Amino acid sequence: MANLAVSPRSRTAFGWQKLPIIELIVLLIVAVLPLVLQDYLTVYATRVLILCLFALSFDLVWGYAGIMSFGQAVFFGSAGYGVALLARDLGITSIFFVLPAGVLIGFTFALLLGGFLLLGRHPSSVIFVSLGTLTGSYAVDRLARGWYYLGGQNGIPSFSTMTLGSYEFEEGAVFYYLALGFLILVYLLCRFLTRSQFGLALAGLRENEQRISFFGYKVQHLKAIIFSLSGAIAGLAGSLYAFHEGFVWPNMLGVVMSTQVVLYVLFGGAGTLIGAVIGTVVIESVSFWLSNNYQDIWPIILGVLLLLVILFRPAGLISLVLSERERVGNFGRPPKKGSDGAP
Amino acid sequence: MALLEARGLVKIFGKLMALNRAELTVAENEFHGLIGPNGSGKSTLMKCVAGAEIATHGSVLFAGRDITSATPAERARAGMSLKFQITSVLPALTLYDNVLLALQAQTSLSSLVFSRTRGVLHDRVMAMLEQFRLADRADNPAAALSHGQQQWLEIAMALAPEPKLLLLDEPTGGMSLEERRVTGELLQPIKKKCSLVIVEHDLDFIRDICDRLTVLDQGSVLDCGSVREIQSSAKVQEVYLRRA
Repeated sequence: MANLAVSPRSRTAFGWQKLPIIELIVLLIVAVLPLVLQDYLTVYATRVLILCLFALSFDLVWGYAGIMSFGQAVFFGSAGYGVALLARDLGITSIFFVLPAGVLIGFTFALLLGGFLLLGRHPSSVIFVSLGTLTGSYAVDRLARGWYYLGGQNGIPSFSTMTLGSYEFEEGAVFYYLALGFLILVYLLCRFLTRSQFGLALAGLRENEQRISFFGYKVQHLKAIIFSLSGAIAGLAGSLYAFHEGFVWPNMLGVVMSTQVVLYVLFGGAGTLIGAVIGTVVIESVSFWLSNNYQDIWPIILGVLLLLVILFRPAGLISLVLSERERVGNFGRPPKKGSDGAP
Repeated sequence: MALLEARGLVKIFGKLMALNRAELTVAENEFHGLIGPNGSGKSTLMKCVAGAEIATHGSVLFAGRDITSATPAERARAGMSLKFQITSVLPALTLYDNVLLALQAQTSLSSLVFSRTRGVLHDRVMAMLEQFRLADRADNPAAALSHGQQQWLEIAMALAPEPKLLLLDEPTGGMSLEERRVTGELLQPIKKKCSLVIVEHDLDFIRDICDRLTVLDQGSVLDCGSVREIQSSAKVQEVYLRRA
């Protein structure tokens, strides 16, 4: 007979955990969307799913490890450019090659930038890392705009579609489910990582970096590892984005894109993963609706909306339904025997 | 052989010489108190030993190894543990996770990622929380504790990795009389396990738990000896009377 005793990890002070329920609802909604949306909206929704993947990469560094990266677009855009060059110059479009290549490019750029900014003898300050990544994003943007080989201001237009054998991934429902598959995979990977003992170390890093260095943690190494991993995820998102849009351009690398992903995560709620997804979906959906209905003033309306949420809900939209305790979560205590063991 | 030897430590902040050839020697399993008037350099000496500050001159030897320029993480890995003067538990995390965080610090990366030591460390986390009378609140966030309980939690965190040397900077600061008494009781059992250096203003507390004392004044060692010797030291009495 099932033991109904529950561990403290499976419920909050106010009832059952809400996070898995929210995750399930979001999953159900995105799973059926192409069945109810018109084709052009499915294409738009695919773009949003890829941006959700990009937002997860930032949530990992900021929401979990407390590293403020204003240069996340460097990894997103460099992977986009990398796979675009592979397709344009070498004719390589196989999904088995271009996506791992994108991941590798994002990872390598993050490792290089992170190594420079984070791997000093003493831990780097938030300001140093923020400005360093911002400068990196700006510099790479300018480099792309001025480099003829990369297409300059116009970027690289009209390269071949991604392929699986003889199948070509055109935009539409199939690409949507491909992006959704990767989003779920990366989400589960991040969820596993952030709920593990490694996740606890990241929480320590975010809460009090100096304190945990006195426990013996090599905080610079921890930061470099999570920073590089987030770069790999941004690289995956960037390469999917490039093939979905069919072209790449300097904005993919720049400060605007880097700031956009910060807003997605702050708006939805940092440090919960699902907050990053919700933030991206809401901002992109509201932008889409506003730009269709208020063509002249929609950026102002959107800006005010973002400001209101960040002012009055600094923990993001997700804090409307999740308590702080549930957002932070528990990391170490093993579930009691006989409990449902919800993580 | 001494476990800790700080030799001729000088620490200069701008024009202020906070430490002037300060010395500190701590034997194994010794409880050593650092006392002195405000501004005498106790906390600075503690920070130079723990790695929070690097001494301008002088050397720190720990277990026979020169750790003068080692980072705090390197010192922790060598067996040194610190409780800060200002309570620095992680308020958003549960008590359980606070202690586990301290315990798992030297676990390998792959073990952390796959949570391999979670089960093994569970009993040690709970034992530490039991020892400091916090087990019944293991799943509460540390922010919900009283100031005194947060101090106990931080001592538990510092002790959890079983250090060779525990550094406590004003562990009873802000505590009630009863909480101070309990803190003394809680510290007694660790005497067989590790050495202790403690900075504390409460002289009664220091006298009750320490074997030896070092008295600092204006960044220099004024006197060093057993509690009895220090209590009868004319130099020490003169300094305390002068400050009073």
